[in-house]
Amino acid sequence: MDNHIELKNVTFSYSDGEEKRDIIKNISLGIERGSFTVILGHNGSGKSTLAKLMNGLYKPTNADGCVLVDGIDTRDEKTEIEIRRKVGMVFQNPDNQLIASVVEEDVAFGPENLGLPSEKTRERVDEALKSVGMYEYRKSTPHHLSGGQKQRVAIAGIIAMRPECLILDEPTAMLDPKGRAEVMDIITRFNREEKMTVVLITHFMEEAELADRVLLLSDGEIIRDGTPGGIFSDIKTLKETGLDVPQSTELLYELKKSGIDVDTDAISVEETAARITAAFHLEDK
Amino acid sequence: MTRMLKDITFGQYYGSGSFIHRLDARTKILLLIFNIVFLFLAKNYYSLALCTVYVAFVLLLSKVPARMFLKNIKTILPIIVFTALLNLFYGGGGTVLFTLFWNLTVTTGGIYRAVFIAGRIVLLILISSLLTYTTTPNDITDAIESLLSFLRIFGLRGAVHVLAMMMTIALRFIPTLVEETEKIMNAQKARGADLENGKLFDKIKALIPILIPLLISSVRRAYELAEAMECRCYNGGVGRVRMKRLRFSSLDLAAALFNLLFCGGIIILNILL
Repeated sequence: MDNHIELKNVTFSYSDGEEKRDIIKNISLGIERGSFTVILGHNGSGKSTLAKLMNGLYKPTNADGCVLVDGIDTRDEKTEIEIRRKVGMVFQNPDNQLIASVVEEDVAFGPENLGLPSEKTRERVDEALKSVGMYEYRKSTPHHLSGGQKQRVAIAGIIAMRPECLILDEPTAMLDPKGRAEVMDIITRFNREEKMTVVLITHFMEEAELADRVLLLSDGEIIRDGTPGGIFSDIKTLKETGLDVPQSTELLYELKKSGIDVDTDAISVEETAARITAAFHLEDK
Repeated sequence: MTRMLKDITFGQYYGSGSFIHRLDARTKILLLIFNIVFLFLAKNYYSLALCTVYVAFVLLLSKVPARMFLKNIKTILPIIVFTALLNLFYGGGGTVLFTLFWNLTVTTGGIYRAVFIAGRIVLLILISSLLTYTTTPNDITDAIESLLSFLRIFGLRGAVHVLAMMMTIALRFIPTLVEETEKIMNAQKARGADLENGKLFDKIKALIPILIPLLISSVRRAYELAEAMECRCYNGGVGRVRMKRLRFSSLDLAAALFNLLFCGGIIILNILL
């Protein structure tokens, strides 16, 4: 298995006065190249910290823990810039990620820092803006854009650095449903078409539907690791970790609990409908 | 006020795509300094008249509507009147026209000077506002960074970069913070805060519940922004290459030559008359 990012016995703790708190508790994990992984977790489960460990923004606090990106240890300060270029990171609040007051200049920030010649930067900026569908807004200013548009610009700013892996830390949490759909569409497209490794951190279960693999994080530990269907059928665990279960999935769960033989691995409304039809053998009628 | 601040990205910028808009921002800043010096050098009415013709010509060239310039003059009018009045009474020489009270006398020399100074201030404001009407704040920032880059020979390269980065981020965040302030104000009003009434001291005290949340959120924003910048390979501007390069063109040369002509005219008029 070709692991793009590998975590080995990683613990991350910080001391809050006298009390030492472990945010991440001895996690070992491999993220396969070209895969789409979703990390689900409630607030305070340590999912943001886990993301920041993956691109070297945070370093493991235990001596024997390490994070490898393409085999490079993130604790090595000399390769810091290289790791950040390889592993692009998008945050929750688009307002706090944009640096310049003109869209194209903001997207250019990353390539400029990499020291690319200005023609190359220009090329990459145009390309990145086109790939997120924001090219026509290249001359406008971020505060005139909607939340979804701003987040797309933020993604373009990362894409312009040509990362091999994209980590998104709750990129849709502050967006309206329309913006959320736009951003999710772009993320899945980068994974499918560009074969980019994607790690999406979220607390919306619906967003995990399209993933290859779902990790369930609770209090700094991975408590479930599997396919979306497999994880979602385990509604009891999901509820215990404080996640909002989609209504359709909950319906199947309740049906099953009342003794009806139905598969509970569906998330979308259509799939749920199909499961119910199958359970009641309604398709013949 | 808040609307103006929100649109600071374009500031007072009025895009008309004129000859002056297309000049390099550095040229515009340098020529502005040059012009201000020569406005002060003009010492008689003949050279002031030349300045007036020059400024009028440049303003026409910019294709920015006259009302926008008039607006600027209007806001500064009290200062112009005040300065003119001071010069009217302090100005020496000439025949005494009439005496007001005490020793305040109005002389021909005083009137001469008052009108001259008022005319000079008006021209100064007009030519200065031209820079902000024809150049975006971003371009001005880039131009300042470029113009100050000579400081690197004193080992101050990092300082110039930091200054430019600060200006860029400030321009980017002013609208965001204005929006945030409005939100906090509304939230506090909804909780019964009275921001409008009361004495000056009460009003200042009423600002505390607005400023503290604003400050805290700004610190949080700054922290997040720093992380986002690090994620985009920022390392203090070392080895950074800008996408947008400022370039001098033949237009800039033409503008510079035209300015030399104007300055030559002032010197000649100053000496001859």
